[in-house]
Amino acid sequence: MRRILYIVQKEFKQILRNKVMKPILIVMPIVQLAILSYTADFTVKNIRIFIQDRDQSALSQKLINKISNSDNFIFSGVSPVYSDGFDMMQKNNIDVMVSIPEHFSRDFISGNKTSLFIAADAINSTKASISINYLQNIIAIFEEEQAAQKGMAGGNAGINIIKRDWYNPTLDYKFFMVPGIMVLLITMISLFLSGMNIVREKELGTIEQLNVTPIKKYQFIIGKLLPFLIIGIFEFTLGLAVALLWFKVPMLGSIGLLYLFTFVYLILILGIGMFISTITDTQQQALFLSYFLSVIFILMSGLFTPIESMPVWAQKLTLLNPIMYYVDVIRLVMLKGSSFGSISLNFTIITLSAVVVNALAILNYRKTA
Amino acid sequence: MKTFFAFVTKEFKHIFRDKRTLIILFGMPVVLVILFGFAITMEINNASIAVLDLSHDSYSQKLQNKISASGYFNIEDALMSYSDIEKAFGTGKIKLAVVIEDDFGKKLINRNNPSIQIVTDASDPNTANILSGYLMAIIQNFNREQGIVPATLPEIHTRMLYNPENKSVFMFVPGVMTIILMLVSAMMTSITIAREKELGTMEILLVSPLRPVVITLGKVIPYLFLSLINAITILLLGLFVFEMPMNGSYLLLLSEVFLFVLSSLIIGLLISTVADSQQTAMLSSMMGLMLPSILLSGFIFPVSSMPVILQYISHIIPAKWFIIIIKSIMLKGAGLESIGFETGILVTITLVLGILTVKKFKIRLE
Repeated sequence: MRRILYIVQKEFKQILRNKVMKPILIVMPIVQLAILSYTADFTVKNIRIFIQDRDQSALSQKLINKISNSDNFIFSGVSPVYSDGFDMMQKNNIDVMVSIPEHFSRDFISGNKTSLFIAADAINSTKASISINYLQNIIAIFEEEQAAQKGMAGGNAGINIIKRDWYNPTLDYKFFMVPGIMVLLITMISLFLSGMNIVREKELGTIEQLNVTPIKKYQFIIGKLLPFLIIGIFEFTLGLAVALLWFKVPMLGSIGLLYLFTFVYLILILGIGMFISTITDTQQQALFLSYFLSVIFILMSGLFTPIESMPVWAQKLTLLNPIMYYVDVIRLVMLKGSSFGSISLNFTIITLSAVVVNALAILNYRKTA
Repeated sequence: MKTFFAFVTKEFKHIFRDKRTLIILFGMPVVLVILFGFAITMEINNASIAVLDLSHDSYSQKLQNKISASGYFNIEDALMSYSDIEKAFGTGKIKLAVVIEDDFGKKLINRNNPSIQIVTDASDPNTANILSGYLMAIIQNFNREQGIVPATLPEIHTRMLYNPENKSVFMFVPGVMTIILMLVSAMMTSITIAREKELGTMEILLVSPLRPVVITLGKVIPYLFLSLINAITILLLGLFVFEMPMNGSYLLLLSEVFLFVLSSLIIGLLISTVADSQQTAMLSSMMGLMLPSILLSGFIFPVSSMPVILQYISHIIPAKWFIIIIKSIMLKGAGLESIGFETGILVTITLVLGILTVKKFKIRLE
């Protein structure tokens, strides 16, 4: 026990001695959580729109006003010429273009068939679909209004759609993203700290001094793990404080449950880091390997893009991803108030993996160089 | 000049000696691009939903058939009462529930405005929005088909320019390419100098007759070379595996890639002037570059929806401009005149960072 404490003491001294490291550990996560959470928003706003008006009637003017008055669109120009709009799109100055055909007003009033054309810059496919969706809604409302004014039948005979958004009625993306980004920051810091740790001693040659001491393998690994575990819990507390106090993310479940899960999760992540450390020779190798893993873990965790939309083989791969389980749990507990029963499967999987990975790390660490 | 070549040779030897790093360096981008090009998409198909049909008539049945035939939804559960909705959401199985009210068919025929309720699991607002959007469109179509809304209203035709099938691959492949290129280039350089400092060999370099500029250049050139190979591999993957169109000039594209890689390498150098150990260098390039580049470059989230201050910050992220540039060249076939502005900004960022790095480069160790 005393030996472990000495290692812990040594590690803390080494970490806290480093002047550049302290701000990275304390300031950076808070700043990133605070700033980046504002960026993670899928709402499409400020869509730049160009209208090609070949009709130039009172009715087409009304439609133009209706579109430019809506919150989501920024009106960027009108002209009867198609190529004016196309040039703007080519230069990235507009996102969507609406064409109002000739005789639009005449045909509309006399009840003849007429069409509107929408062209979207579909390179960003999500933005294009959503913009078209908005536009269709505006045009549908416009048509109904005009039809009602004309006294046409069926102005409002359609089906009433009532929408209810549960668990997050204001559709605040931050409630969804803040817990996710928190997970990401904690994971990255713990993985990199532990991944580069033993290999650093190898590279600098100090590992030999440790190897000739009477310390046992497991004592050594535990001594290395503990400081990072404490740092990880500390980071989690910081992140949780920012989430609850600054972003006012609801906390419907139990905080104790979150800490318990975080504790087990950190042991797993640190174990992965230790394992990387034991199979590599230089910090550079360890770093690239952990970087490789963390990018995959992050982008395939369902944090930014829904897992449901991945192809089936990729969905199966996410089952191997610890971040996926943790993101799932933290969102369930904070936003839906799930109890231990609902997350027990995730808990079991993470606990078992933590045991296996750490056992592998201890077995793989050789005291003989 | 001869000393310079000797230095570059030394760097190359360092790099090629470490086989494991080489494998990771060249293998990683390939694996990542393939994995993400296929796996990251925003389209949602076959979302599980539940239906509570209180009407049970031929119209409500028709509507349900229409919903499941759309391909977007899978009707997982037929619910019996309102309280079932909460239970179904609690298990996390379904993403959305539809409630069709009593006498739906009768009201529809009598033009009595029947109601349909859509309940979403908004703890994931994005999925909730996309799914309810799909569903509303389906219901409105159903509405038109039943002849309730007069057919004389204008039809709306839509066209997806540059990407007729609206594939999200076109959005993500350039993004993944950019992020990987940037991180690999910036990290590699930041670590190589920090490594010399940590192992004590920096002192030897500093007392040698090489001038600081030569040391810096000698460090950058081998990695510039490696990054260009990486860039070309990724481009080939984009063209042949993901069938990205290439409508612009290859020469222009490669020059832009060169410019971007150069700017990333210089960022790496700048980091290494501050960091004194590999660990610090790595953590600052990871934390300082990875998340901001993913989130502020418009790769996943639209920049135009962010708070104004963040939109300003996003202007100094080189990745943002590079993503616009490759998309314009590859998909729109844009020439230099259309992307001159973006290129200008990249050049400026590179120059400013370059000057800053040379100024910060210390010729003495502390």
